[in-house]
Amino acid sequence: MADVVVERGRVARATGARKGSGLRNALGRKSTVAFFLTLPLILLIVLLVLYPAFYSLYLATLNKAMTKFVGLGNFTFLFKRETFWMVVKQSCIFAITAVIFKALIGFIVAHFVHNIPGKKQRKWRGMLLVPWVIPPAMSTLAWLWLFDPSYSAFNYTLSFFGVGPIPWLGETFWARFSVILVNVWYGAPFFLIMYLAALKSVPDQLYEAAAIDGANWWQKIWYVTLPMMRNIIAITTLFSLIVTFANFDIVRILTSGGPLDTTHLFATWAFQVGIQSSDIPLGACVSLFMVPILAVAAIFILRDVSKRGNEA
Amino acid sequence: MSTMAIDKAGPTRKLGSMSRDRAWALRWSYFFLVLFAIFFLTPPVYMLITSLKSSAEISAATNPWWVFHPTLSNYVELLTSNQFLRFFWNSSIISIVVVIVTMIISIPAAFALARMKFWGSATLATGVFLTYLIPDSLLFIPLFKMLGVVQDLTGITLLNRWYVLVFIYPTLTVPFCTWIMIGYFASIPKELDEAAIIDGASWLQTLLRIFIPVALPGLIAATIFAFTVSWAQFLYPLVFTTSIDQLVLPVGITTTLIKGDVFNWGQIMTGALLGAAPPLIIYAFLMDYYIAGLTAGATKG
Repeated sequence: MADVVVERGRVARATGARKGSGLRNALGRKSTVAFFLTLPLILLIVLLVLYPAFYSLYLATLNKAMTKFVGLGNFTFLFKRETFWMVVKQSCIFAITAVIFKALIGFIVAHFVHNIPGKKQRKWRGMLLVPWVIPPAMSTLAWLWLFDPSYSAFNYTLSFFGVGPIPWLGETFWARFSVILVNVWYGAPFFLIMYLAALKSVPDQLYEAAAIDGANWWQKIWYVTLPMMRNIIAITTLFSLIVTFANFDIVRILTSGGPLDTTHLFATWAFQVGIQSSDIPLGACVSLFMVPILAVAAIFILRDVSKRGNEA
Repeated sequence: MSTMAIDKAGPTRKLGSMSRDRAWALRWSYFFLVLFAIFFLTPPVYMLITSLKSSAEISAATNPWWVFHPTLSNYVELLTSNQFLRFFWNSSIISIVVVIVTMIISIPAAFALARMKFWGSATLATGVFLTYLIPDSLLFIPLFKMLGVVQDLTGITLLNRWYVLVFIYPTLTVPFCTWIMIGYFASIPKELDEAAIIDGASWLQTLLRIFIPVALPGLIAATIFAFTVSWAQFLYPLVFTTSIDQLVLPVGITTTLIKGDVFNWGQIMTGALLGAAPPLIIYAFLMDYYIAGLTAGATKG
């Protein structure tokens, strides 16, 4: 039925050049169809994304029993708590360190994969992408077992080198190190695949021209590869920053925030406060602190993506 | 490192030294690739090793990297336990339904956004992309409260029921799938659907006969994405479901196999490996589509 309307609208548009009303009619009908085609999408976004987002703003202004409006009371309460500032600090340390290492490892490994003959690239790429395919909750369990202090593999292996035993998850420094390590392990393949795609899109002539001009390998990377990949690097990094900053699975399974709340991120702390201690307003409040960073990253991504769209 | 070796072979060198440098570059590349592959593959391999051990062997603290008495008892135990099969069933049914719902929502929407310029279409496309950037950890608390309120108002049980996840997961899958489908649909030449319309095809026929077949690789990539996301989702089921018969695989394994302080690692690793199996199998067979979907998010559009 909808297509019949469009059909008629199309005919009307063809003749509508002379009649203004006919044209408007046609456009009206076409957008009606488009509206109905996009309606489920709009409903989904409005009801299950936008509404909860604003609802969480409202929730954050209630008291614990959710009976009384307390304004910014939850926020001032958080500002006075030491744990909150620790979570802010740890979230930033975690996200920035992890993203830097993911980007570096991704960049380096992408070059190695790019270097080997084309037929073998497929096999290597397939192997190196495995961490990204396994559901993070599952692979983190494997890491938890690798980190196990008494029975497990890392300390066993290290003991041959006369190192350790290292309290991987029991001491603040090592626990922070471990959650970052697992996150890097999980996220680096994403960078690898993006950079590999970008490397392939750099024309060979540019490298040849650079070689003729006598550029060394570092100059080639700095003046040819990086400028050509700048956009994809920016998008990937910002995107990963969002995902890493909002990470939940890895920290939840590895440490649940311990020891002494020192590895909590916003998401895991919000879960502990909001769901486990059932202080929903305070939990909503904690998770809202992710918004500014996410918003800034999102704005830059949007700018880069549309720039990329214009280039094409 | 390897590029350095290539570059030494400048234009003044002879061909022989160039190919020798290349050979060395290749050797170094392989060397480092092997190192990184070990780093990337250690956890899954370790999962497999542990899953073949008996509890006695694990607690005997022998060499953790080797299985001395391989046994399939962990697999048998889990695959005959109703509880584990229930998790698997819940995960499967949810993921399949979510994939279908996602496709029903995102294909028409992507079609409209790619081909029909209407009022607000550009804004909506941007909005879809922005929605994709909103993480689950921002919305789980308000959604939890919302479900509670709706449950009280209507009397329909929503919390602690697996089917509620079918409504929640599309918020994670639909934006991305719509976004990459817009990219694929927009790359189809306009002449193709104009020709179809001149031949008397309706819009619906154009969508079914032209757009979907031509954009099939994109469709497969989107399907894989939707499936893997719903299969791997951990936070929402952890918050919204608590009874053992309502849990999905990731939550079920982490909560039920860890009993108090007793970690039955053999079973946990077996469960994790079985839980990782469906995405891994899909990946093994459809790797190119998988990678296409992964890169499409940032390169298309």
